[in-house]
Amino acid sequence: MRANPHVLPKFDPSNGLEFGLYTLGEHVPDPHTGKQISAQERIKQMIEMAQLAEQASMDIFQLGESHQEYFVSQAHLVILAAIAQATSKIKLGTSATIVSTSDPVRVFEDAATIDLLSNGRMELAVGRASRTGLYDLLGYNREDYEELFEEKFELLLKINETERVNWSGKFRPPLKNANILARPHNDMKGLPIWRAVGNSAASAQKAGKLGVPIYQAHLGGAASVYQTRIRQFRQAATEAGFDAKELPVTTGGFFYVRENTLDAYREYYPHINEGMKRTNGYGFPKKAFAQGQDVRSIVNVGDPELVIEKLLQQHELFQHQRYVAQIDSGGVSMDNIKRTIDIIGNKILPKVKHYTRK
Amino acid sequence: MKILVLSASNVGNKTGIVTQKAYEMLKAKHSEHDLTYLNLKDKELIFSDGRHYLDYTGDTLEVTQAVMAADVIILGTPIFQASIPGVLKNLFDLLPQNALINKTVSMIVTAGSDKHFLVAEQQLKPILAYMKANVLQNYVFVRDIDFGLDSIENDDIYFRLDTLVEDTVILGKTYQEVLQAKEAAFGF
Repeated sequence: MRANPHVLPKFDPSNGLEFGLYTLGEHVPDPHTGKQISAQERIKQMIEMAQLAEQASMDIFQLGESHQEYFVSQAHLVILAAIAQATSKIKLGTSATIVSTSDPVRVFEDAATIDLLSNGRMELAVGRASRTGLYDLLGYNREDYEELFEEKFELLLKINETERVNWSGKFRPPLKNANILARPHNDMKGLPIWRAVGNSAASAQKAGKLGVPIYQAHLGGAASVYQTRIRQFRQAATEAGFDAKELPVTTGGFFYVRENTLDAYREYYPHINEGMKRTNGYGFPKKAFAQGQDVRSIVNVGDPELVIEKLLQQHELFQHQRYVAQIDSGGVSMDNIKRTIDIIGNKILPKVKHYTRK
Repeated sequence: MKILVLSASNVGNKTGIVTQKAYEMLKAKHSEHDLTYLNLKDKELIFSDGRHYLDYTGDTLEVTQAVMAADVIILGTPIFQASIPGVLKNLFDLLPQNALINKTVSMIVTAGSDKHFLVAEQQLKPILAYMKANVLQNYVFVRDIDFGLDSIENDDIYFRLDTLVEDTVILGKTYQEVLQAKEAAFGF
């Protein structure tokens, strides 16, 4: 077996399944009221969300990068720096950072600086973007979608693992014995870096081949579909000579919990459906959402008992180390975000941790 | 309902003539709906390069958005080389996988050979089904001999178009009612 050269995220089995929140920084009206808060309010809302998640003893808070209309997360690392200042123990991460259209050196410098600001709490999840409008905006060619990502992702890993970098490639000028600072606050002087995977088995396999952990996003459908994906990832890692047991897996998707299951569906569905119409050009099929009431569906929406049962079943299927919940998608009000965090902290976390702790 | 009549050809005028006729029939009898006519001959569509449909610009974005916004589509297509034309295949490629979900789609096919009904049956219908359309099974098949220089010469085509337009509107309306009943049954 090959030694894994990467800086891997560390998990303590006695802490059970890690649980966190992630947001994409959408900025759309609340479909129940038609009310649209300002971009400034939305950014402050995300900072408050992270603080509340920390108070509720969640493990991590993550924010993704988007350059589209209806988002405020263009400068996601700047917002995460503010969150680093506003919190003290919760881990911070991205969900995801689009390295294809950025310079990996700058991504590393910024993220490593946040790591110093936050006393070593920073992680990166790196992806290729599901929409490609940012290629025009930032001056890249869509034709290079896969190649750009693979080259820059591997460069980012190299910078993360070696302080002095010699490198040359196609999409960035060469680096000659470049001393890349700042260095993160740990023995390995690097950040845990995940590969963000959407709806592409090939992407999960590439992560396995490189021996990097995956962050698997999910929308609807059967949880078992993602079990297959995760199995392909571990298989690819094993075939490449890595110890798949060393490679953590995160899953993340829609999450909403209320005392009554139908209330949860009634409240959250318009946010998902109307929000996706704006951000993605088509809504979310109501049937696929309604199927969330079946324990086998990956849509984690319902009353606390149902959601706990689902999370535990997903843990059995995936044997994953972390689950991250998207509770604010599509213009959820701060009051409703707070209610969800309350229920997570008081009802969901104690049970999930109890049953997954080793 | 939003009804889109789409002429998917950038060659000749026959598909344009029959779709324009269907559009006039809709305007005469169903003006309570939101009606749009688009002829791809007037549009400059770029080749699909795999990006999200909202990331296109200009005519390409206009056409994809019109298709995505419609509840009902009357699709006119010629048959070239025993196949749907490239411009229509390109339009399909520009759209997301399940682009036609919850949409009712009917077809008007113009062709030079009777045998080309096979293309509507064996090629176009399966594509529409794959994209999740609710397809009106009967379509209007128009031969080159049914046309004069710039008009329809065969009276029977008018009757068939009239039937198609009525059937499309009724099927579309009924399908919307089915959808509403289905969604109401979820209880949220």
